[in-house]
Amino acid sequence: MADTGVVESLLGLVEKADGGVDSLEAAAGLGVDHQLLVGAVKSLQALGDLISAELRSSKHWELSGEGTEIAEQGSHEARVFGSIPPQGLTQSDLMKLSFGKIGFSKAMSSKWIRVDKAHEGGPRVFRTVRIKFTWTVITAFSENRSSTRVLPAFRTVKSYWITKGSSFSTTITKQETELTPEMIASGSWKEKKFKPYNFQAMGVAPDCGHMHPLMKVRTQFRQIFLEMGFTEMPTNNFIESSFWNFDSLFQPQQHPARDQHDTFFLSDPALAHDFPQDYLERVKKVHSEGGYGSQGYKYAWKVEEAQKNILRTHTTAVSARMLYKLAQQKFTPVKYFSIDRVFRNETLDATHLAEFHQIEGVVADRGLTLGDLMGILHAFFTKLGITKLRFKPAYNPYTEPSMEVFSYHEGLKKWVEVGNSGVFRPEMLLPMGLPEDVSVIAWGLSLERPTMIKYGINNIRELVGHKVNLQMVYDSPVCRLES
Amino acid sequence: MPTVGVKRDLLFTALGRTYTDEEFDELCFEYGLELDEITSEKEIISREQGGSKASGASDVILYKIDVPANRYDLLCLEGLVRGLQVFMNKMEAPRYRRVRPVSGEPQRLVITKETAAVRPHAVAAVLRNITFTQERYDSFIELQDKLHQNVCRKRSLVAIGTHDLDTISGPFTYTAKPPGEISFKPLNQTKEYTATQLMSLYKTDSHLKHFLHIIEDKPVYPVIYDSNGVVLSMPPIINGDHSKISLETKNVFIECTATDVTKAKIVLDMMVTMFSEYCAQPFTVEEAEVVYPDGKTCKYPELAYRKEKLSSEFINRKVGINESTETLARLLTKMCLRSEVTGAGDEIEVEIPPTRSDVIHACDIMEDAAMAFGFNNIPYTTPLTYTVAHQVGVSSCTVGRALTLAPPAVHIANPKTAEFQVARTTLLPGLLKTVAANRKMPLPLKLFEISDVVLKDETKDVGARNSRRFCAVYYNKSPGFEVIHGLLDRTMQLLEEKSARGDGYHIQAAEGKKGGGGGWHFRACRNSLNR
Repeated sequence: MADTGVVESLLGLVEKADGGVDSLEAAAGLGVDHQLLVGAVKSLQALGDLISAELRSSKHWELSGEGTEIAEQGSHEARVFGSIPPQGLTQSDLMKLSFGKIGFSKAMSSKWIRVDKAHEGGPRVFRTVRIKFTWTVITAFSENRSSTRVLPAFRTVKSYWITKGSSFSTTITKQETELTPEMIASGSWKEKKFKPYNFQAMGVAPDCGHMHPLMKVRTQFRQIFLEMGFTEMPTNNFIESSFWNFDSLFQPQQHPARDQHDTFFLSDPALAHDFPQDYLERVKKVHSEGGYGSQGYKYAWKVEEAQKNILRTHTTAVSARMLYKLAQQKFTPVKYFSIDRVFRNETLDATHLAEFHQIEGVVADRGLTLGDLMGILHAFFTKLGITKLRFKPAYNPYTEPSMEVFSYHEGLKKWVEVGNSGVFRPEMLLPMGLPEDVSVIAWGLSLERPTMIKYGINNIRELVGHKVNLQMVYDSPVCRLES
Repeated sequence: MPTVGVKRDLLFTALGRTYTDEEFDELCFEYGLELDEITSEKEIISREQGGSKASGASDVILYKIDVPANRYDLLCLEGLVRGLQVFMNKMEAPRYRRVRPVSGEPQRLVITKETAAVRPHAVAAVLRNITFTQERYDSFIELQDKLHQNVCRKRSLVAIGTHDLDTISGPFTYTAKPPGEISFKPLNQTKEYTATQLMSLYKTDSHLKHFLHIIEDKPVYPVIYDSNGVVLSMPPIINGDHSKISLETKNVFIECTATDVTKAKIVLDMMVTMFSEYCAQPFTVEEAEVVYPDGKTCKYPELAYRKEKLSSEFINRKVGINESTETLARLLTKMCLRSEVTGAGDEIEVEIPPTRSDVIHACDIMEDAAMAFGFNNIPYTTPLTYTVAHQVGVSSCTVGRALTLAPPAVHIANPKTAEFQVARTTLLPGLLKTVAANRKMPLPLKLFEISDVVLKDETKDVGARNSRRFCAVYYNKSPGFEVIHGLLDRTMQLLEEKSARGDGYHIQAAEGKKGGGGGWHFRACRNSLNR
């Protein structure tokens, strides 16, 4: 609140005035800075209709800072003249003065001073004339005066014309901002006027923690899988052998994905050991010679390739381990899922990093069909609020048939890919020892992509990694996937 | 996914009708292809090198079509057209035949024992009385390139060489010699070079430099000569200029040298099935004979048609449809898998042509039937699998020995950048980097991470295991150790751990280094075991 004294004095002036009061005059009359008076006007306005203030603007000339300095202390050239003693002043000393530079050139051109360049100790400035100065104040300027040094400035001054408002009074009843326990105890709240709440401003942000959006989306997906009866797979092994990551999945050793360009190999520990030996032999056979109804790939399968350790390129390696374990006992149908990190040596760009999270679902049961895979995909994606799906024939080394899953994006008005799926090949399942009538269907998608779509993030580096935008993390809403 | 670029108008001419972009996109979708991009040469150059460089380039509309990685028969316009026409019932799949030469003996390619050290296998064939136009020629070269990129694994598994048969004379010899002893004029050069000189010459060639490593360090390099000592090629690097193909070429000798003989046969079959269309006798390929170091001979190309029998019940059961045997046989024929009802129950006999080397199991046939039926026509059903879900416990988190000296880390052999040389053994650097990148945020910054690190572990089959860690960082103008301490206490409280030496947790100062900036290192220890 502005200084109550000023406010009350102003009210007093308004009361006495005929018509109204000009704020500039009022300020001058009260001996206060005009801005202070404007403050008083504003606080009165906030209290209701005590006064009504009409904004006016007028223009007049004012001396600029430089102009004021000259009016008070003399022009630059006069001050230069004044500061030269009879014996003269070295030029370098003169230049050090604040008015030295401009003053020197002006005084030189008006021939008030001269320079002796050959003087010992450096160039020296002397007075040439005797001048007596008298001061005159220039009060009027014409608008068209052109000058290289603009001293006067054209200023717009805002003032108020203050008149009585509909609830004018010379006393101010202060509005309360808060109810206090004392007011309640004494009952005085009944007579108080309370300042209305400002609902336009923001409240105080609560001090709380925040989950990374990726974790929020991950929680939602996990929830969906659990609701559908899927059991979580233990995926706590980023390091995998090529055997489980590729060979057991019937991905040939010459496949481009097993290249240095796509996969991260380890130098230490470089090789895995301890494979289930007879299973390894069956895998070797199906790759190199065929069997289980297959022609095989007909190439020389090498155990050294299979031993190479890598950073896993997909969590399907874990699914393979789980299915192998399942095959070692009497078969029971299972539904598995995992959401965890995978690593690919790909070109990095706005939507690709070397590591990301893969979401995977697997169902193993007797007699599953391609129609069943579509059915379960429909159920899964419906929980994400996606109901319009289309399936496109695709290719994976370890599934046949394979399907890419597309959904219709209302905003973009086109079909976009939302996942990949397929039925695992017999060359993968049968060497494990699973019964022949057991079908295993699976699908997967990345976690980052739906997160970026949900939270409107265009560059993956802002989402993942140390360059994450913490403000985005603080501000991102609750994840509700059905919307 | 390999991408094939075809000129749209050529494609439509060959297909016998025009399509709108949407219609063609739809057709691709059904067949398992993807119309990835509609562009032109001018646009491509504009995008890659700037508008000024593109001024002379062609405006002709190009379709960039994504093709499944295992369909080598769809890597050129000829194959795409054939596949689509048969799919749309516009034509029958052609029958590819290996024929004997009209007169005289077949061309012979003699392999000597020296090749065993570097590139042991070779196959060959002849395209007789072929007619090239500029488009066919371009397509011919392009297919070789695509095959080299894909199934040939950048020429390391197989390399293709095509030659004008009328400029050379058999029998041909495939041998291997020390680089200094090989000398010829390579394609598009004006003088002769030795193989050693070629290795240096091509070090700066943007296309060829990637293949040099395949033979560079070997004591002998592969080379093919004709009976007059003319060099046909030095696989997998470059052909000789002498036998190069032109638009006027009428007879083509194709040779494929390889480290994998299965792939060599597939690649040869692809080349000849695709382009025998332009021979005077379409879809016939003249045989060539390969003589092995031990004297055995073999005729190529194989062009094998393999037969497989399966039941319509199998297809219906796996897909989840209920179609008659006759319908399924018809559907498969649409996919270039000519099929007939044998009459024995619901048995179908399927003939797998040489262009479909991707079909290796009955499930591949079943997929094609489903594709021809239309994936989106299959009714979807809910599997009746009853399961109860289980979660992996959160309590598999061990708050244990943090920050002992040099935890055993796993090293990456081919890291992307210097930042990724080891799999992380602690979460702290990541959090500190995040703080550094977010310094402008209002203080204090309180960050945490619960995630896995990787540690070497000889007891595991892969020699490493993940370890779940919990790390928290407090960043402010004042250190606030009590904040982190409080977080630890609260966490322990939630995990039902008492603050007590012995049967609970306690904090003790770590010996040795103090942290930078005068901070202290602490170790939180738990003597009771993880759950």
